[in-house]
Amino acid sequence: MTMVGPHSRVPVAKTYKIYIDGKFPRTESGRYFPLKDVDDQVVANLCRSSRKDFRNAVVSARKAFPNWSSASAYLRGQILYRIAEMLEGRRDQFISELVLQGLSKRRARKEVEASIDRLIYFAGWSDKYQQVFSAVNPVNSSHFNFSVLEPTGVVSILAPTGSGLLGLISNIAPVIVGGNTSVILASESMPLCSVSFAEVLHASDVPAGVVNILTGFREELTEQFATHMDVNAIIFSDDDGGVAKTIESLAANNIKRVIPRNAIDWSSEKNQNPYLIRDTQETKTTWHPIGN
Amino acid sequence: MSPTAVLKNIDFPDLNQVPLVDEVGVHERAARFQARSIKKSSKIEALRSVLSMIDLTTLEGQDTPGKVRQLCQKALHLHNALPDLPNVAAVCVYPTMVGVAREVLGDSPIKVASVATAFPSGMTPRQVKLEETRIAVAEGADEIDMVISRGAFLQGDHHFVFDEIAEIKTACGKAHLKVILETGELGTLDQVRRASMLAMHAGADFIKTSTGKIKPAATLPVTLVMLHAIRDYYYQVDRMVGMKPAGGISNSKLAIHYLIMLQETLGTSWMTSEWFRFGASSLANDVLMQLQKQASGVYQSADYFSRD
Repeated sequence: MTMVGPHSRVPVAKTYKIYIDGKFPRTESGRYFPLKDVDDQVVANLCRSSRKDFRNAVVSARKAFPNWSSASAYLRGQILYRIAEMLEGRRDQFISELVLQGLSKRRARKEVEASIDRLIYFAGWSDKYQQVFSAVNPVNSSHFNFSVLEPTGVVSILAPTGSGLLGLISNIAPVIVGGNTSVILASESMPLCSVSFAEVLHASDVPAGVVNILTGFREELTEQFATHMDVNAIIFSDDDGGVAKTIESLAANNIKRVIPRNAIDWSSEKNQNPYLIRDTQETKTTWHPIGN
Repeated sequence: MSPTAVLKNIDFPDLNQVPLVDEVGVHERAARFQARSIKKSSKIEALRSVLSMIDLTTLEGQDTPGKVRQLCQKALHLHNALPDLPNVAAVCVYPTMVGVAREVLGDSPIKVASVATAFPSGMTPRQVKLEETRIAVAEGADEIDMVISRGAFLQGDHHFVFDEIAEIKTACGKAHLKVILETGELGTLDQVRRASMLAMHAGADFIKTSTGKIKPAATLPVTLVMLHAIRDYYYQVDRMVGMKPAGGISNSKLAIHYLIMLQETLGTSWMTSEWFRFGASSLANDVLMQLQKQASGVYQSADYFSRD
């Protein structure tokens, strides 16, 4: 028997899986794609999700919607804050993953810190956006007329390609803080952080199904994200001219909200605002009869 | 051979001759049925078959005539956007709702099934059960779903259970009798197989897994054991008996797995609503959504289908 020294340990590599319904399955299709670093070395194999994975994710998101949308604003805020806390504790892991995907150490640290801060920012808005965007409307009759926001439902998100963590979080946070549930296709070129972020969500009291994260090819899945009848809104980025048109026409099938977010510099604090929450809210107006 | 012709020579089966069930083998076999690859055209055919075999069911204490009328309307108009859909097999209700269902369904090919015999527990005296059965049939039920006395069966009083089923069968007259074993309360697969034999010998036209009120309800392994019993009985007596898994089958994929199991265990003769049924409420919508998906190529939302 060979003696094994203390420093000749076999490293344990992480298997990057997808996140559906609070679990970490592999894609049902059994397919994967290799991710390479700047030196063209394979860093990891990632799941190449199929349309069935997407369908399963939507089923899970729909199932999670009633409870999540009726949870109190306070609770949703607490949970977003909790995500930020968990992310803070795993800063080093995210920084090294971003470095693996080509960022300098300094930029990586800035991105992780900005991501944590962004979660705190939206956590704070959880019990405030409703007051800001709701209204009592003047009407010319004996009615008390008021408008309030309600979450639209299941939101599919094609995450920004160029910002593996901050772009992802900047799109997820405003959607879920408003009571929606979501299915995300992670950045194709920078997917590592999305899987690790799913692990953070998993440890943060986010109910199963509220966030589902897939990895895979955007070209293959965009059509599914845009056509599914049980998806109420689609957020996309990196429009190359043709994608927006395709998405718009496919989404018309069930009149999804289509929310383009192109060329947004997510690292700028100017681009964080409560209108991102309102993008996936519906306005409900009530006419309540009153005596003279 | 028609069921009534056989009933003249019913006799009590020797339950000691019922083979013991290889539980591990049954579970492995059942798991195999779930690993088949089904191509699109077969899937569409299978979905249509599933739809035609559904007993659309509402068995709640809160049922009202309005709710039953709504369910019957759903049975008559499953999803008008899809033309040429098959009918569901039946609407299954409590005895007090049989009249309402009959009135709405009229002379449509959709049958009215009624549970009876103090469903779901079965804990009333026999005279009451018989009277309940007669009333349901008089109100217009084409099919009666009775529960067996599980307490008596588990005590070993097989003759009591046998006699009860035989008497209810007589009370049914022309109505078909489905016998619910409530497999979730029987404990072992051996007991399921014995109870199946007992029920068939006593005159059951169908054997059915569960009331839907007890968990576990229908599972693939339990259904497989019952299908084996049906096959044995067919070889012994030369009479076909139907099978109805009920409870817990709410998605199309699982339902198709049941059909694969049926085909590979009993064969094509059983692949119609005359010999196989699903007791379900939410399954129909899932099948409709899958069919619409196959027609349109787009995954569907429950928002666009009628409520159960």
